[in-house]
Amino acid sequence: MEPQSCVNIHKEWDIVGARQLGREMAKRLGFGTVDQARIATAVSELARNIYLYAEKGQICFEFIDNIEHRGLCMTAVDTGPGISDISQAMQDGYTTSGGLGAGLPGVRRLMDEFDIHSEIGNGTRIKAIKWVR
Amino acid sequence: MEEVISKNATNYKELLRNYMESQDEQALYGVEKVSKAFIKNNILPEEIVNLHIQAMAEVCNDLTEDYKNSMNFLLEAMIFYGLAMQEIPLLREEKHILQSEISVAASMQKTLLGTNKPEINGMDIGVISVPAHQMNGDYHHFVKGKDGSLGIAIADVIGKGIPAALCMSMIKYSMDSYPEESMSPKSILKNLNRVVERNVDPSMFITMCYAHYQPQESKLSFSSAGHEPGYYYNAETDTFKEFETRGLVLGVSPDTEYKEYEMTINKDDMVILLTDGVTECRDGDRFIESQEVLDIIKKYSDLPAQEMVENVYKHFERLQDFQLRDDFTLMVLRKNS
Ligand SMILES: Nc1ncnc2c1ncn2[C@@H]1O[C@H](COP(=O)(O)OP(=O)(O)OP(=O)(O)O)[C@@H](O)[C@H]1O
Ligand SMILES: [Mg+2]
Repeated sequence: MEPQSCVNIHKEWDIVGARQLGREMAKRLGFGTVDQARIATAVSELARNIYLYAEKGQICFEFIDNIEHRGLCMTAVDTGPGISDISQAMQDGYTTSGGLGAGLPGVRRLMDEFDIHSEIGNGTRIKAIKWVR
Repeated sequence: MEEVISKNATNYKELLRNYMESQDEQALYGVEKVSKAFIKNNILPEEIVNLHIQAMAEVCNDLTEDYKNSMNFLLEAMIFYGLAMQEIPLLREEKHILQSEISVAASMQKTLLGTNKPEINGMDIGVISVPAHQMNGDYHHFVKGKDGSLGIAIADVIGKGIPAALCMSMIKYSMDSYPEESMSPKSILKNLNRVVERNVDPSMFITMCYAHYQPQESKLSFSSAGHEPGYYYNAETDTFKEFETRGLVLGVSPDTEYKEYEMTINKDDMVILLTDGVTECRDGDRFIESQEVLDIIKKYSDLPAQEMVENVYKHFERLQDFQLRDDFTLMVLRKNS
């Protein structure tokens, strides 16, 4: 297991930095071009949510490398307002972009594993993993 | 998925090679088939772009860096199309669930609001009620009194679909709670008006006509709450006359009083009650004239009442290209002795 690397999200520009780091780490793990692009897109969506709704937060990447799996784990953490109705936020078509597959449901599709914890007033923590096939 | 890609990848590469050499139409027909197989197996656009990148790398050995970069750029641009595509089967499934829920609701509505056409001595009754969509916002009801009299209600919720249908169930259950024979049309409407005013959203209105027929005296009394006027057919003079009914729609003001009208029905006379789905039928962009409705009724007036209404419905169904825009309810009562 390698040390994790993080990107702080504060300005819109930071989204680009997060994408770049995510893509580089994916490349190093041996993900193909398509999966690299998918991972970068998932990073984008999570980083943009932090930028838009929580103002400040962090996205961290971590290699998972053991006998059973190899993969990339990303964690998006913020101390923003939290999401009051997670089921609703995870519903297809609920996003402000209006059912074009983007947003949180899109992240879930782009990645292999997805987990979200959110507390009103305390912030949101989203963890997503993609396995190397 | 991997399997479908790899099986068709070889195929794609060969077709691409042919095409690069000869710009052959046959290769294009071939790729059409490959693309069908991809769609069928939900292969996403970014995967196809990736397949293309790989195939090109094998087919041509003098690819420029510019070309390679541009293809990676295209692949990136395809990701969201892939996401949008993945949503389609889910949306389809959701639509299917909603549809079957509505059809359960519709059949429940049929049971809840069902009414039997009663046998009344000397009176031939025909009735048809067809919803524009699955749920019917029109309502009709017959109550046969122990004294042999007949109560007839016909109503229309302004609005369509599920809210209208839910609203009608309420009307029906209020009416069921009235002591049947003892009540006159005007007091039934007065009561219902209060129920609707109190319980229904102010944006929803209900129009209703209530009629009461007493066979011994051949007397029909009726009141209307803003409902589409019905018609009286006088057999002796062979003329139709519109009912001049006045009355506020249900649910507007709590203390509305309704006027009651009375008339005597003679042999072969007809009373026609309907909803605006009949009179507001459209022929293309044109609303039909009420005279057209009467002409068609007249055309079929030699038939028994039930066949009559069914034929009138078929006529207007065809006129509107078999797509009703509004719920259609038509009722004919003919005195036959
Ligand atoms: N980190 C967060 N903190 C607080 N609320 C959030 C956060 N992330 C998402 N949300 C809430 O969840 C909703 C759904 O987010 P999602 O990313 O799926 O769609 P969106 O941002 O509205 O639209 P888009 O499709 O453009 O991403 C958002 O509208 C927002 O209210
Ligand atoms: Mg978002």
